[in-house]
Amino acid sequence: MTQDSDLTRLTLAQARDGLRAKSFSAQELTRSFIDRVAASDKLNAYILATPELALEAATRSDKRLADGDARPLEGLPIGVKDLFCTSGVRTTACSDILGDFTPTYESKVTENLWQDGALMLGKLNNDEFAMGSSNETSAFGPCINPWQTDDKTPLVPGGSSGGSSAAVAARLGLAATATDTGGSIRQPAALTGTVGLKPTYGRCSRWGIVAFASSLDQAGPIARTVRDSAIMLTSMAGHDARDTTSADISVPDFEAALTGDIRGLRVGVPQEYRVDAMPSEIETLWQQGMDWMRDAGAEIVDVSLPHTKYALPAYYIIAPAEASSNLARYDGVRYGARKPGADIDDMYAQTRGAGFGEEVQRRLLIGTYALSAGYYDAYYLKALQVRRLIAQDFEKAYEKCDVLLTPTTPSAAFALDKAQADPLEMYLNDVFTVTVNLAGLPGISVPAGLDANGLPLGLQLIGKAFGEEELLRAAEVLETAAGFSSEPTEWWNAS
Amino acid sequence: MTEKTNLIAGVTGDWEIVIGLEVHAQVTSDAKLFSGAATTFGAEPNTQVSLVDAAMPGMLPVINWKCVEQAVRTGLGLKAQINRYSVFDRKNYFYPDLPQGYQISQYLQPIVGEGEIEIDLEGGAVKTVGIERLHLEQDAGKSLHDQHPDLSFVDLNRSGVALMEIVSRPDMHSAGEAQAYVKKLRAILRYLGTCDGNMEQGSMRADVNVSVRKPGDELGTRCEIKNVNSIRFIGQAIEHEARRQIDVIEDGGKINQETRLFDPKRGETRSMRSKEEAHDYRYFPDPDLLPLTFSAEFVDDIARTLPELPDDKKKRFMDDYGLSAYDAGVLVSEAENADFFELAAKGRDAKATANMVIGSVFAGLNKAGLTIADSPVQAEQVGQLVDLISDQTISSRIAKDVFDLMFDEGSDQGRDPSDIVEEKGLKQVTDTGAIEAAVDAVIAANPDKVEQAKAKPKMAGWFVGQVMQSTGGKANPQAVNQLVLAKLGIEDQ
Amino acid sequence: MVRRIAGLARIQVAEEKLPGLARELSAILGFVEQLSEVDTQGVHPYTSPVETQIKARADEVTDGGYPDDILANAPEKDDGYFAVPKVVE
Ligand SMILES: [Mg+2]
Ligand SMILES: [Zn+2]
Repeated sequence: MTQDSDLTRLTLAQARDGLRAKSFSAQELTRSFIDRVAASDKLNAYILATPELALEAATRSDKRLADGDARPLEGLPIGVKDLFCTSGVRTTACSDILGDFTPTYESKVTENLWQDGALMLGKLNNDEFAMGSSNETSAFGPCINPWQTDDKTPLVPGGSSGGSSAAVAARLGLAATATDTGGSIRQPAALTGTVGLKPTYGRCSRWGIVAFASSLDQAGPIARTVRDSAIMLTSMAGHDARDTTSADISVPDFEAALTGDIRGLRVGVPQEYRVDAMPSEIETLWQQGMDWMRDAGAEIVDVSLPHTKYALPAYYIIAPAEASSNLARYDGVRYGARKPGADIDDMYAQTRGAGFGEEVQRRLLIGTYALSAGYYDAYYLKALQVRRLIAQDFEKAYEKCDVLLTPTTPSAAFALDKAQADPLEMYLNDVFTVTVNLAGLPGISVPAGLDANGLPLGLQLIGKAFGEEELLRAAEVLETAAGFSSEPTEWWNAS
Repeated sequence: MTEKTNLIAGVTGDWEIVIGLEVHAQVTSDAKLFSGAATTFGAEPNTQVSLVDAAMPGMLPVINWKCVEQAVRTGLGLKAQINRYSVFDRKNYFYPDLPQGYQISQYLQPIVGEGEIEIDLEGGAVKTVGIERLHLEQDAGKSLHDQHPDLSFVDLNRSGVALMEIVSRPDMHSAGEAQAYVKKLRAILRYLGTCDGNMEQGSMRADVNVSVRKPGDELGTRCEIKNVNSIRFIGQAIEHEARRQIDVIEDGGKINQETRLFDPKRGETRSMRSKEEAHDYRYFPDPDLLPLTFSAEFVDDIARTLPELPDDKKKRFMDDYGLSAYDAGVLVSEAENADFFELAAKGRDAKATANMVIGSVFAGLNKAGLTIADSPVQAEQVGQLVDLISDQTISSRIAKDVFDLMFDEGSDQGRDPSDIVEEKGLKQVTDTGAIEAAVDAVIAANPDKVEQAKAKPKMAGWFVGQVMQSTGGKANPQAVNQLVLAKLGIEDQ
Repeated sequence: MVRRIAGLARIQVAEEKLPGLARELSAILGFVEQLSEVDTQGVHPYTSPVETQIKARADEVTDGGYPDDILANAPEKDDGYFAVPKVVE
């Protein structure tokens, strides 16, 4: 197969149109991806490939395509983060504690995708229970970033949705589902040259997604383009009576919002995001982003988000506290890997001591501590109050602007093991993304350039609650202006 | 005020018991509090369990609005403050029958605040017990420890069933008061239709907090006796626990605040294997559930549908029917019983009807282990029977026989009393001639007794009895009495 | 402190890992300590980004009745029950 006829080079939108035009079949398309996935072991992006299921689904899709009965995502192969419960397919959140847990049910978001005709290539690697920013805490071992510098040092793909970002960057799927609690969609997207969209809290149902921190978790897509993200979100989103925090509002056709016209849009630039020790190339890229937006007819306004500094500390109380409770169900009683113990409490302690990795244990301990008697007010309650102040900062900023433009991450992809020694340093990866989760807002990372070592960098746009149409419209303009077209060298491909 | 009679004598003087109760009452609803699984009792293990109840990964709670209405309804029945803003919290602890690793409950902001209950004490006295709060929460599953030598079994059918935890003030000072409180609370819940009060099936159970002190002293250290599931056991547990605490203190010891279990076989409480840190529940607002809010109209609408409650009904029975406090209290203890009485008493002597309902119907049901709904005798038939007595068709004695025929198993069970009286020829003899003949016959046959009766007028009763016997009980007792006295020449006293 | 919290969280931590873990936890707690600088007097705690009315379900039996699914992933089951090491009360 020549490069040009390689179906995996297509964007999701192009693949969709190609299938409709009968330029190729869903089975051909799916087989191309299955072959690429099979040759990608070095990346460790997929922790479970499901080629037979994919081909069966592709066969059904071809039938529908032939019958003129194609659904919006008919025959489009994608990857699924292992945090999404998939019926009959092992789901582990990349934790040993879930063992070979095989759900008898399907998450609402993936169900939506399958009902729209998409098909699953397999389950993607992630940080254990989505706790991490490098995908190194996975029980299946780290996922490796397809991007490398000249010295070929293995780099992290970001996290927690590292498998999703790596898979999309390496063309191991047209798109991937992901989840974002503090930046877990946007940061890995930025580190892999892909587009990562975290929707407004409540836009997608959390039903059937392994919970990390309930008030922060939100599903979204990682894709190659803004358009693909819009198409994915249109299918993923929607009200679900089984998640009472999901929004009971209709889902627009997000792709239709991509008009390319942002004249008059007010783009806010938060002064507090100019953090100390920000690499100059990120500073430069950010400035460039402002220029691109201005050139497209937007107005750049300075805004202030005064409590930004306290977002990370608040997050590192709230998320672990909720997690300490959400992960209490992993006790070896009803599912998962049980370890024997002298008595029931010892069984719990052995099961959880062996089943949870170090980072998860750290966060569970922090969370347990923050909620424990005598500390609740000083830590948890305080963090919730600060969270309100952070949300109010955004409300005030949005009196002056329509979207915000910031860097996505404080650095490009870094080497494996780099931050292992100091968990706090790893936490700093979320510095630009975590505020968005705290305020429940939508955010998107768009690949905008390369750093001096040739690694991708992203810019983040933040929207108003349920303002995804405006956000995506702005993101596509940014994407077009940036014209990011670099690709990683295929060092991993074993075929 | 403390009644003197409630004090317990110890070696060092009198002691006062202080009791507060936390009653867990299962909300009457078809589905669970946060899932659509059924709540019916006695199903096969793990058949009434949804993915939510088993806390499968990614599952989320969705509140059953009926349970909210039931809690508000109960709050109104307890004359309590209804909080239009309340919050669901997670109470975190590990136990095999607690699938989520936390119980969804309400901690700082419950749905119902302060209220009160009037309890009926022996001798007709009434006492007010304060209600501190009522909150909604999930039940846990059930652990079975006696099915296997080294395993415990877990059934999640109950997991997620809605409970109301109703917390009293420590206002009670004897086992009897605590029992009266539970009885009254159960009656109110049943009237409201918010809990079936079925303690054998676990739909109502109490955590009993007991402490002792010298009258006038500060509150002593309390022990909580968990999950006592009958009114009798509540009494036994309190009495045993109070005695135990007094003995410990009088022996120079100290009471440890702890959780205890009541062992009905031994009639005593014992310490549960205590886990010091198990008490740090790390409550925090459940991020999966928004605060519970509702309008004043919502509360008013429920208030409008409240039935007449036991206290009001009792008062009405005393005022309108002239019943004693005791009789009224017995009749209103269950709404169905009160309804039965009112139906039976309609248009006739209420006191006589009350006597018949309490003395015959309730006594019969009690003996047969039946509820009013299963009564073989209908309210209307009880009324007919009362009528047959008051129009002197039969005597009260015959009425008892007729009732037994109507009530007991047999060919006359459930028949109308007039038919039985007619068919069996039980009509009272009021014909003076016939009675006179019978009296004469008895006098003639017993000359010695006649002599004795003249000296000892009380002997007249013997003659009355003999006449009644000889007429098969059908003679009008008043007429017999008068004739006997006249014939014996005894002055009517 | 770490031992107590680990007990509360039911996580077995190897003895030799305690000091390192204690160091990491106190570093994290030191970091979040900056929250105390913020004046939050009278600020209503923010527990969820959703500020609408809670959505509820009708009282209808719509779920359950699939014990095999419920028990499908059980590490140990017996006679329709989940089985765990004997609990002593
Ligand atoms: Mg209690
Ligand atoms: Zn309770």
